[in-house]
Amino acid sequence: MKKLVTRRQAIVAGLASMGGVALARPKALPPTYGSLLRMADDVTYVAHRALLPQDALVREYSERDITPFPAIGTTNARVDVADWRLSVEGLVARPQTFSLADLKRLPARTQITRHTCEEGWSAIAKWTGVPLSVILDAAGVLPSAQYVKSHSYDDYENSIDLLDAFHPQTILAYAMNGRDLPVPHGAPLRLRVERQLGYKGLKYLTRLIVTSEFDDGGQKGDLANGWAWYTGI
Amino acid sequence: MAALVYTGVVMLMAHPRLYWGQAGNDLTPALIELPISRNYHHGGWDGEARTYNIFNKNGWGRSLHFLAAWILVVPGALYVLAGVAGGHFRRRFWREYGVWQGRTYALVVFVLTPLIILTGLAMSPAVTAAAPVLLSAFGGQQSARTIHFFLFVALVLFVVGHVVMVIRSGFVRQMRGMTFGE
Repeated sequence: MKKLVTRRQAIVAGLASMGGVALARPKALPPTYGSLLRMADDVTYVAHRALLPQDALVREYSERDITPFPAIGTTNARVDVADWRLSVEGLVARPQTFSLADLKRLPARTQITRHTCEEGWSAIAKWTGVPLSVILDAAGVLPSAQYVKSHSYDDYENSIDLLDAFHPQTILAYAMNGRDLPVPHGAPLRLRVERQLGYKGLKYLTRLIVTSEFDDGGQKGDLANGWAWYTGI
Repeated sequence: MAALVYTGVVMLMAHPRLYWGQAGNDLTPALIELPISRNYHHGGWDGEARTYNIFNKNGWGRSLHFLAAWILVVPGALYVLAGVAGGHFRRRFWREYGVWQGRTYALVVFVLTPLIILTGLAMSPAVTAAAPVLLSAFGGQQSARTIHFFLFVALVLFVVGHVVMVIRSGFVRQMRGMTFGE
């Protein structure tokens, strides 16, 4: 019987299809700096964006699924909430700042979701906050924008693309399990990016910068420390 | 595959506790606590807040795991689909090979390998948003992680057994048979 596909053909076709995915790249991709690891991250990013429905919601759990929740990273950054503001700047028509009271007056979303830590553990909590899309719409994102970068007052930076930024479950959370966000979990405001690993949800937020440029976040950024930028996994 | 095994262990060392259910962490009971040390140090717990000075090196482990997975899974899936369509597996596993050899290969190709891919995907927040059935099928993200671990153990045992038998039955002849044919 004639073989449909030989092993040699399968190997060649497989390698060629990898090349095909790499060639079919969208306009904006994070830099690879020639690293094979960063190229694999980009393949995953392109594949997720091409194959997964863009508006799919992560599973939401019930109150009885809530678990204890370790706080890691910076756990003791403190700021005077009366003086604290969230500034929204960059490629927006109306740059502005919000106090915590301003944010609490905006439409809120409450969701019980799973936090998936890159270390391997996970935890479920109830988060309440303002959808990032509400803030972005209030500020008026300009057409050239590609990313929303967040900056924390413990001096970390991170960015997500507009697809995740406008996702309904991407919220700026000021409450956890029905109480004000505790200091170890990023008081007064943290980002929740539910379709990516936990480290994309920056704590201790202070600035949101809408930008068209990919920004590694410098010394404390993900890429400089060998961490993937897109972690839908 | 060596890269997948190696980086799998690197990632496991960041959190060598396995759970059953949707979620699990240091503050919840483990199903199994593996007797391997963690590859980072932390400075103890302050309530539910963890302090630490040396960060784990999981980042590259995860990226290399996915690099290897893309290279293995895409051509591998094409090979399996072609093998099924062309009758290659039916002929080999059910007629040409011995009963136990054929059954073992069928188990690896049609059960263990698809399951290890699916349990891997069931740990992904983005993929399970699109396909929540993966969470239901395996009993949650942490159950999927635990099953992924035991499938890894089974496949490593299979490869070790396979390589030992290849060497014992004539290494050079078998290598030629596997790649370019006799």
